[in-house]
Amino acid sequence: MAATQKRIIYRHIDLEGWSADIDCYMKDGGYEVLKSAVARPREELCAEVEKSKIKGRGGAGFPMGMKWKFLDRKSGKPIYLVCNADESEPGTCKDRPLIYQDPHQIIEGIMCASYAVNAAHAFIYIRGEYINGYRILQNAVDEAKAKGFVGKNVCGSDYSCEITICRGGGCYVCGEETGLLSSLAGGRGYPRIKPPYFPAVMGLYDCPTVVNNVESLCWVPQIFKLGGEAVSKIGVPVDPGTHVWGVSGQVQKPGRYEIETGSCKLGEFLYDICGGPLAGRTFKAIIPGGSSMKILKWGEKFNVKRPDGTVEELRVEDIPMDSASFMSCGTAIGSCGMIVMDNTVDMAEALANLNAFYAHESCGQCTPCREGSLWISRITKRICDGWGRKEDIDLLLDIADNICGRTICAHGESVAWPVQSNVGKFREEYLSKIERQDMMGGQARLDNNSYRLI
Amino acid sequence: MEEKLVTVNIDGVDWKVPCGLNVIEACKFAGVEIPHFCYHEYLPVAGSCRLCLVSIGTPARDRATGELIKNDDGSQKIAWMPKPAIACGTKVSEGMHVVTKSELIDDCRKGVLEFLLLNHPLDCPICDKAGECRLQEYATAYGRGESRFIERKNVKPKRREIADGKIILDNERCILCSRCIRISRQLVGRDVFGFTKRGSKNEVAVYPDEPVDSNYILNVVDNCPVGALTEKAFRFKMRTWFLKMTRGISAESSAGVNTWIWSRENVIYRITPRENRQVNDVWMSDSGRYTFGKFQSAERLTTARIDCSESSAEYALTRATEILNLGSVAIVASGYQTLEELFMIRRLADDLKAQTYMVSHLRGSDDGMLVSIDKTPNLRGGFVAGILKEYPKADLAGLAAKVRDGSVKTVLCFHEDLLSLGFDAKDFKRANIIYCGSLDNTCAREAKVALPLPSEFEKSGLWINRQWRLQAFDKAVDSPAGVLNDFDVLCSFGRTASGEDFKTPTLQSVRRAMSAAIKILPENCEVPAEGAVLDASEFSGVDFPETNALHFTKNVQQ
Ligand SMILES: Cc1cc2nc3c(=O)[nH]c(=O)nc-3n(C[C@H](O)[C@H](O)[C@H](O)COP(=O)(O)O)c2cc1C
Ligand code: SF4
Ligand code: SF4
Repeated sequence: MAATQKRIIYRHIDLEGWSADIDCYMKDGGYEVLKSAVARPREELCAEVEKSKIKGRGGAGFPMGMKWKFLDRKSGKPIYLVCNADESEPGTCKDRPLIYQDPHQIIEGIMCASYAVNAAHAFIYIRGEYINGYRILQNAVDEAKAKGFVGKNVCGSDYSCEITICRGGGCYVCGEETGLLSSLAGGRGYPRIKPPYFPAVMGLYDCPTVVNNVESLCWVPQIFKLGGEAVSKIGVPVDPGTHVWGVSGQVQKPGRYEIETGSCKLGEFLYDICGGPLAGRTFKAIIPGGSSMKILKWGEKFNVKRPDGTVEELRVEDIPMDSASFMSCGTAIGSCGMIVMDNTVDMAEALANLNAFYAHESCGQCTPCREGSLWISRITKRICDGWGRKEDIDLLLDIADNICGRTICAHGESVAWPVQSNVGKFREEYLSKIERQDMMGGQARLDNNSYRLI
Repeated sequence: MEEKLVTVNIDGVDWKVPCGLNVIEACKFAGVEIPHFCYHEYLPVAGSCRLCLVSIGTPARDRATGELIKNDDGSQKIAWMPKPAIACGTKVSEGMHVVTKSELIDDCRKGVLEFLLLNHPLDCPICDKAGECRLQEYATAYGRGESRFIERKNVKPKRREIADGKIILDNERCILCSRCIRISRQLVGRDVFGFTKRGSKNEVAVYPDEPVDSNYILNVVDNCPVGALTEKAFRFKMRTWFLKMTRGISAESSAGVNTWIWSRENVIYRITPRENRQVNDVWMSDSGRYTFGKFQSAERLTTARIDCSESSAEYALTRATEILNLGSVAIVASGYQTLEELFMIRRLADDLKAQTYMVSHLRGSDDGMLVSIDKTPNLRGGFVAGILKEYPKADLAGLAAKVRDGSVKTVLCFHEDLLSLGFDAKDFKRANIIYCGSLDNTCAREAKVALPLPSEFEKSGLWINRQWRLQAFDKAVDSPAGVLNDFDVLCSFGRTASGEDFKTPTLQSVRRAMSAAIKILPENCEVPAEGAVLDASEFSGVDFPETNALHFTKNVQQ
C-alpha cells in the first residue's frame, strides 16, 4: 500500500482560497466546537482528552490528558494555560503553517483547553523570529475577541479568558516549558529545577500552569468534536492521531506531511511521499524528529522486542511511523522534524553544525551543558578544520556521557544525543577522516591564513 | 516543639534526621560531605552547579494499592531514580536511600569539575582566593587531576572594580553559581548582579555606573566560592593560610554580630562573619569589617601620660591610684567594656563609694538588619552589672555640673571622650580626670593621668547584645607594648580602695564570682556557641531604642 496523507490538523493548510481571517474559518464550521464545549461540564471534557490518549506534539510526547490531570486545582491559585509556539528546534517547521495560515484553529484550541482546565488567562509564547506570525495571531485574537470567542463571557457563557501573545527573544531554550515560563514572567529564560517547579504545580508566577504545543492544542477541538474514544482509534493505539512530519534535507520533495500514526513505514514515507533520494544519490542517515534526537543510519538493523516477548529484526526502512516504534529503535520522533542526509554529507560537518547550534543556545545555567556543549563544538570544529586526533572520538563520547542526564533541562540530552549516536554509528567515517588528515598533513588542514584544501 | 525525625539510609547506614532537611544537610548531619557550589543554606536553591548529584531511592510502592513492595529476602525494595538527582533540591523522606560513594557519583563529580576548569585560568599561585577556594579544594578532592582540553580558552573581562569600588570582579574565575545574585536579592533587596550572554560566554555583570549603596554587599565576597569576587581592601594583602582565626563579636552595634578575626603576628587583616543562626545567620555589615583599623593607627594610645607628658605605665598607675584615694570619685564606664570589667567596676565603685555613669551611643538609625542604632556592643552589660538602672543619657551634663559645684573631685573615665560629652577644658582643671582607654582622644591628651588599655581585639570577654544574648569572644592579638591589662588596672585601684591585698584574678575567677553574684547569668558564665539568652524581665521597664531587625523583635524575649 502506498503511503498517503491524512489531513486533520493540516486540513486548511495550502488550501485553495483559504485565508487566515475569521470568516473563512467560520464558514468551515469554525468555533462551533467551542460554542458547544462551553455548555459541557469541565470534568467531562478533561475525561474526553484523557480517553483520546493523544500525546503532546512539542517533543517530549507526554500524554495531554495526564498532564491536565496533574494540575494542582486545590491550591486556590489561578490556573494559566500557555501555548508553546516557540518552534525553534532545527528541522522542526510544523507549527509555522498553522500560525500563518490557520491561526483561528489554534485560538479555538486554546479557548477549548482553557475552558476545560478553567484557566484564568491564556498565553501564546511565539518564537521571536515569527514576526508576521505574531501579527497574524494578534489580528486573529482581536477578531475572535470581537466575535465573543475570546475575552469576557466566551460564547455567552459565564466563562471569561483573555489571550495574551508574547514574543520570544530568539532563544531556543525558551521553548523548554520551564524556561518559557521564566521568560514569560519577565525573567531570564532559565529552565527551572523539577521538583519543585513542575508547571502543573509551580508554573507561571508559581501558579499551576498547562504548557502545550500548538499542534497539541489543535487536537483539543478535534477531541471535543469527535469524542476521545474516536480519536484514540485513529492510527495506532499507543500513539493515536496523526503526526505532521516536517521533512527537510536531501529528498526529492521536502515538505510537511500529515499522516496517520503507524499508517506506513519509514521507507514508504520517504519514497512514496517524499519522493526518495535526489537523483544518483542514496540515503545515508536520518534524524527522525528535530535535530536533538538520535540519528538513524540507513541500512541499520535493530532487534526490537515484541509485546509477546519475541525479538524481531527490524531494518531502518521498516520502522513504522509512530512514536513507540522509533522509541524501540533507540531514538524518538520528538517534534517530527525529519532531517534526511544522503551520501554526499560529511557526518563530521553535519555534527559540527548541530553542535555549534546547541553550544550557542545553551542557556549557561548548569555546568555540564554550558561547558560541555562548547567543548564538544570546538572539538568537532577542530576535526572539520583538519586537526582531528584519534582520541577525540572517545573524548567526544565521554563528554556526551558526562552531560546526558545530569542537567536541569533536556537541552543536556539535546547536546549529548546527536554526538552519542552520530559518533557512535559513524565511528569509521570519523576515523578515516582523521587518518587522512594525519596522512596529508598541512594539505588537509585549515589554518587562519588559507582555504581548506580538500 | 518536638522535631519530627525520619530515617534515611546514607551509604548503607541508617540515620535519624530531622524531617524537612534536604539531602545535603542530612548528609552533613551524618558526617558525609557532598561537594557543592551553588547551594547555600541561607539562600533559595538554584540547583545549577550539578556537583551535588547523588543516587537517591525511595521505598518502592505498588502503584495500585500503595503498599510497600518487599525484596525476595524480605527487605524493603528500593525504587532508585533513573538518573542521579541533585542533593540540594531533594528533601529527605522516610526510608529514603542515598548513595554518595559510587563509581557513577565519582564520575559525575569528576565530570563537573573538569567542565568547570575548562575555561578557568588555573593560576592559583597568583589568585588571591587560593587556600580558601572551593574549586581548588574540590578539584583536589574529587577532580580528575588532569585536563583533556586542548582548545582555546574563553577570555572574559577581569579586574573590574565594582560595588562602589569595594569589590574586584574577575569574570574569568567565575563559575556562574549565582550565589552573588541571590545574596544581593536577599540582603540588598534588589538585583545588583545579573547574568549576561549565554552558554559558556555567560558572565556575571553589574549595572554600569550604578552605585550599589548597600552596607551588605561584601557578603557576596565571603560566599563567592571562587576568586571571582574579592574584597579590594583585603586583596593581595595576605595569604589566607598564614592567618589565624579567632572568635570575635562585632563591636559595631548592639546587634552582636558573630565574627572571625583573621590575624597574623598581632596584625589584624580582616574580619568576616561567623555563623550564628540566632543572631546574624552568616552575614555581617560592610562597615563592621573595618572596626579594627582605628586600633592599628596613630589614634591608638600606647603610652601612659601624667599631666600630658609621657610616663612609665607603672608610675602612672600608682599616681592614678593615689588620686582616687582622695575621695569624691565618679566613674564613667563604657558600653565597649566587657561584662567582667563592668562587674569589677561596680565593685570598685562600692569600695570607693563612687557614683557610676554610662552614656548612650545612639547614632544613625536601625537598618533592620545587623546594625542597630545603639553603637555600643554591651550597654545591656551595664544593666546586668548593676551600673545602670535606666537608659543612659547621651551626655554627662549632670556629672559636669557636679564637677563644677565641687561635689565630684575625681572622674575615672573608661574609653569615653569627656570633652564631647558636656565637659569643657576648664572642667579638666577643676577636677582630676583619669582616663583609661585604648584610643588617644582629646580626653586622653587633657587628662591628669591617661592609662592605655587593650582594645576589644586584645582581650577575651562577654558582651550582651540587643537580644539579651550573652556571647563570648576571644583575644585575637596581643596589645602593643606599653598597654596595660584591664584587670591589672582595676585591681590595683581596688586593692587600695578596699584595703585588701589580693592577686589579680583570672578571667575564670571573675566569671565565677560574677555568676555567683548575678542570678540571671549562667553558671560560671559558660555560654554555648550560639550564646545564652538572659532572663531580662527585671529590666522590662526600660525603653530600649532598637527596633525590629533580623532575628530581633522589640520587647519580645527570644
Ligand atoms: C531544549 C528544549 C526546547 C524545546 N523547544 C520546544 C519548542 O520550541 N516548542 C515546543 O512546543 N516544545 C518545545 N520543547 C518541549 C517543551 O518542553 C514541552 O515538552 C512542550 O511544550 C510540551 O507540550 P506538549 O505536551 O504539547 O508536547 C522543548 C524542550 C526542550 C528540552
Ligand atoms: S541543560 Fe543547558 S539549557 Fe538546560 S538549563 Fe542547563 S545550561 Fe540551560
Ligand atoms: S561571581 Fe562568584 S558568587 Fe557570583 S556567580 Fe561567579 S562564582 Fe558565583
